[in-house]
Amino acid sequence: MPSSRTRPDQQHYVAPIEETPLVAIDSVKAEGKPTNLWTDAWRDLRKRPMFWISAALIVFVVIVALFPGWFTQTPPNNDCQLANSNGGPTEGHPLGFTKQGCDIYSRIIHGTSTSLSVGLIVTFLVAVLGIAFGAFAGFYGGWIDSVLSRIGDIFFSIPYILAAVVIMSVLSAYRNVWVISLAIGLFAWPATARVLRAEILRVKNSDFVMAATALGVSRFRILLRHVLPNSIAPVIVITTISLASAIVAEATLSFLGVGLPSTTMSWGNDISQAQTDLRTAPQTLILPSIALSVTVLSFIMLGEVVRDALDPKARARR
Amino acid sequence: MTDTVNATNTHTADDERPLLQIKDLRVGFKTQEGDVTAVDGVNLTLYRGQSLAIVGESGSGKSTTAHAIINLLPGSGRILGGQILLDGQDLAQASKKEMESVRGRKIGFVPQDPMSNLNPVWSIGFQVEEAIRANGIATGRKEVKKRAVEVLKQAGLHDADRRLKQFPHQFSGGMRQRVLIGMGLAADPQLLIADEPTSALDVTVQRVILDHLESLTRELGTTLLFITHDLGLAAERAEQLVVMYKGKIVESGPSRQILENPQHPYTQRLVAAAPSLASRRIQSTGSVHAAEQSMGEDAGAVAGDAIDLIATAEARAEIVEAAASKPPAIVVEHLTKVFKIRGAGDFKAVDDVSFQIPKGTTTALVGESGSGKSTVAKMLLKLENATSGKIIVGGKDLASVTGSELFELRSRMQPVFQDPYGSLNPLRNIGNTIAEPLMTHNYGTRATRRERVFELLDQVSLPRTLAGRYPNELSGGQRQRIAIARALALKPEILVLDEAVSALDVLVQAQILRLLADLQAELDLTYLFITHDLAVVRVIADQVCVMQKGKIVEAATTDEVFDRPREQYTKDLLAAIPGANLKLGA
Repeated sequence: MPSSRTRPDQQHYVAPIEETPLVAIDSVKAEGKPTNLWTDAWRDLRKRPMFWISAALIVFVVIVALFPGWFTQTPPNNDCQLANSNGGPTEGHPLGFTKQGCDIYSRIIHGTSTSLSVGLIVTFLVAVLGIAFGAFAGFYGGWIDSVLSRIGDIFFSIPYILAAVVIMSVLSAYRNVWVISLAIGLFAWPATARVLRAEILRVKNSDFVMAATALGVSRFRILLRHVLPNSIAPVIVITTISLASAIVAEATLSFLGVGLPSTTMSWGNDISQAQTDLRTAPQTLILPSIALSVTVLSFIMLGEVVRDALDPKARARR
Repeated sequence: MTDTVNATNTHTADDERPLLQIKDLRVGFKTQEGDVTAVDGVNLTLYRGQSLAIVGESGSGKSTTAHAIINLLPGSGRILGGQILLDGQDLAQASKKEMESVRGRKIGFVPQDPMSNLNPVWSIGFQVEEAIRANGIATGRKEVKKRAVEVLKQAGLHDADRRLKQFPHQFSGGMRQRVLIGMGLAADPQLLIADEPTSALDVTVQRVILDHLESLTRELGTTLLFITHDLGLAAERAEQLVVMYKGKIVESGPSRQILENPQHPYTQRLVAAAPSLASRRIQSTGSVHAAEQSMGEDAGAVAGDAIDLIATAEARAEIVEAAASKPPAIVVEHLTKVFKIRGAGDFKAVDDVSFQIPKGTTTALVGESGSGKSTVAKMLLKLENATSGKIIVGGKDLASVTGSELFELRSRMQPVFQDPYGSLNPLRNIGNTIAEPLMTHNYGTRATRRERVFELLDQVSLPRTLAGRYPNELSGGQRQRIAIARALALKPEILVLDEAVSALDVLVQAQILRLLADLQAELDLTYLFITHDLAVVRVIADQVCVMQKGKIVEAATTDEVFDRPREQYTKDLLAAIPGANLKLGA
């Protein structure tokens, strides 16, 4: 058979050893700092401008919320004069006045802490409930999963804005930051629980979990030490974004008139009060809306970049 | 094929022109750390009707070379330089459109994993017909369908007309690979590239598929280029061999010549470390000792003892002879496991299995996927409860052991699993991972634990500096060493090795096998070695239990099973070790 013949250009060839030096089999190459998922993600984040922009905005918003006095000396409520109603910018009042004649700039600055507090409290609530329900349901399975997941489904089936509207209407006598946060958070956690449950179901079948079981490590400790840390990344992403939606939810409720009382400084309240004058004095509505959008956007952007950094597949694509 | 050459006319011009010629091919990948050259100056020539195998470990650039030929480089890969001449046409410069007409029609491709390369939502018939239509071989519904049946029959699916409407999940792995081979050959291409076409399949299926592929390409006159990590397989199936290492060709030429007289030290390493070759050599020379002698002085010296499998086997044979008369460490009696499957009744995964393992020896549990061998391991580790039967470890029946007794028993019996990437928690550093068993079992103080971790790292030949690092920085072999270190932390008597070396490259695999042999000698360990690969068994095990469909069909010493197999199934498994037709060392 001609094909099995070796042609002249197919003779036994051996590469010179200098060209292909042998290295030790499976030698250890560990230089620089130790890295794991979190350090890699951090290294990745540091290179992204989007991360720095959103982080800077968030830091700024937090500083404004904590120290409004650094940014304005004008009190947001006491100094209002109806003579200035819907007035334009003047000396010392760079953004003009609301319908009530209050300083818009000052109201935006002082409203920041409300929005941020609601966001943080809701996120905390969502994280605690979501992680507890998701982790136990996913890890222990069986009837525990059935019970916890059905409870989650019940809360999931009610839109959380609708639920919050109902709760706030019933509790109209107790409208404050804590109550509104509770009203939003109580119905917003099932999404987090579901994401975590799915992730835990994936991780709990890993060999390292089996190895730990074979070592005699207790179930609960396996959950805390091995399973949860490896499942938490998507929860971090989802909570960052839920912080943004909680701020929106507060504004929505206040806009609908079932949120915080008008005496509490809040972007939602201001937007609500400005709606009647949209045509004559659009800045009274647009300016607090911009503050709201920028804050929400910076949290969403942060969530996006963190997700990209934590997802090795997304990293490989670039 | 056009060049059916008759005996008197062997030197036609057509025959003398190479079908495929790769000249100085360079392929690179863009990564965050800059460009990485994966293939660096590869030259190869392939004539019509020949078969050529590219052999190398993972990361050697063998698959990248194959993918470059049909321009299917993944992600950021691109050709940096050189020529790929197919019948004179330079594929490295070809446009997308030109490539589309080359793929399928001139070059067929059989991918590695039959499980993921068929679209689960379309029927087999639809997918084969799609391939046929795309290559314009037939037009019109009837014609296309006729050709699809023809193609599948040719690939060895005899009831093809009946199975066209079925979906991929109704096909076994071997059947799917036949379908993919059929699709690859649908347009009667001149060249067929097969990328590890059988490494995802059971060994016996692997052999049947390769036999079929070989006869089919011979019949059609198709030129075959295939990629494999198994040197024995490559030498048996291909006339020409190309050995790649770190993106370069280190040795190439006629397979026999390379195998009998490997020149490059890397090739020598591969020859020494390939389990299929080692087991064939031991078999053909009659004993481990004779095999070691036949290897000659120089081969072992160049390759290094650590990866010379025959040296490993010999080292083991000496120690274990003394251990054979020892009392059993594990006794398994009439072990049965029944899984309840919703809607399908009961499934007996393990059916009346009995065996004993003498202390300080290795028993291999061999079987193909679904034979129940891993379920036995899980029951032994008490990760799964037996339906009936007894497992006695250290004089105690596992079924009655609970609570603190079980906790204590766990420290005497430890597993090492197959997947080196899944068996370590990626978020814990190496030191903490190895120390976890010590912490769990309240061993010593912080300082003594630290000392023990260092000692264990020494034992598995890893530097102590690794203690502060994370698994993602380690290779598969190194991770497997860490898993072994963790398993050894509590000084157990028994290790359950569930396919512990199957996922590793041959050289690394040989190293780990040597490590396991050394540890056994040093610590008097008892191994239950679970594997699908009989070739490895020849080197590492004293006794063999062959499992099929939940039952042990044959159990004897390794020598007996290899020399005088009684069951047909065992004979099939033995025949499936590549290299049966190779003459080695005798």
